[in-house]
Amino acid sequence: MLEGKTALVTGASRGIGRAIALELARQGANVAVNYAGGEDKAQSVVEEIRQMGVQSFKIQANVADEQETKVMVKEVISEFDSLDILVNNAGINRDNLLMRMKEDEFDQVIDTNLKGVFQCTKAVSRQMMKQKGGRIINVSSIVGVSGNAGQANYTAAKAGVIGLTKSTAKEFASRNILVNAVAPGFISTDMTDELTEEQKEGMLSMIPLEKLGEPEDVARVVRFLASEDAKYITGQTIHIDGGMVM
Amino acid sequence: MADVFDKVKDIIVDKLEVEESQVKMEASFKDDLEADSLDVVELVMELEDEFDMEIADEEAEKINTVGDAVNYINSSQS
Repeated sequence: MLEGKTALVTGASRGIGRAIALELARQGANVAVNYAGGEDKAQSVVEEIRQMGVQSFKIQANVADEQETKVMVKEVISEFDSLDILVNNAGINRDNLLMRMKEDEFDQVIDTNLKGVFQCTKAVSRQMMKQKGGRIINVSSIVGVSGNAGQANYTAAKAGVIGLTKSTAKEFASRNILVNAVAPGFISTDMTDELTEEQKEGMLSMIPLEKLGEPEDVARVVRFLASEDAKYITGQTIHIDGGMVM
Repeated sequence: MADVFDKVKDIIVDKLEVEESQVKMEASFKDDLEADSLDVVELVMELEDEFDMEIADEEAEKINTVGDAVNYINSSQS
């Protein structure tokens, strides 16, 4: 499905990013695995991908940093000779009630989750324009659409990603660079494991399908958006949330 | 000088699909050569590659005509 394509997935050492990197590789793409801190975990993703018979390497970068993202993208292109798919997945959370939220907690989340998408998109745009084509898939969140108490910073960033996705889609459409977002709901990952039982139960009661999603549920939609099958879709946000927000 | 102009002209003819005769020093990319903003960005990228130089965003924004591009390249190469 993606044979000969090359991809960069940010925040790919664990959780949803890891599942996306593995899924793209399973479909034949060569995948660069970006990570910020978890070098060992990133390396094990790389090894798992190589076993599928495609190329992979890990690359450390803080996506909020312009210089680091530039260097990362340059390295990916020199390694793979092209860059067809960018998945902006890297994200952090610093949950707190707004009244207790420190400026620093707000800024950190905006920097990584929103500015990071901008930096990486800008860094790959030149290459994709030259190639006259590419796919950018941004991982937003359903709470960016619905809002969520205790996550003012996170939801603001994730809502921002949806706006950024639409503007970028409009700017790049004439160059056949398609830009879409996915908005996962309650997906079972390290990040959701941190939530309290009470929070989990509260969320489950809002999900029509009455269960959590798996990282692979998100990965398969990303794979679709990266594929030829999605060639007439741009600027959209696809909810992968068991029907939580309609 | 003429050399730079000719190279720039070739790139413009290729990128913007215009006639060689339309590419004059005073021609504006947007008004005379029907380029949109993204075309100009792309053109600047091509020029960077061709002349092996980096044009900062602030400088690139000032490039509106063929002459602007040629003069910029000449001044940065001297």
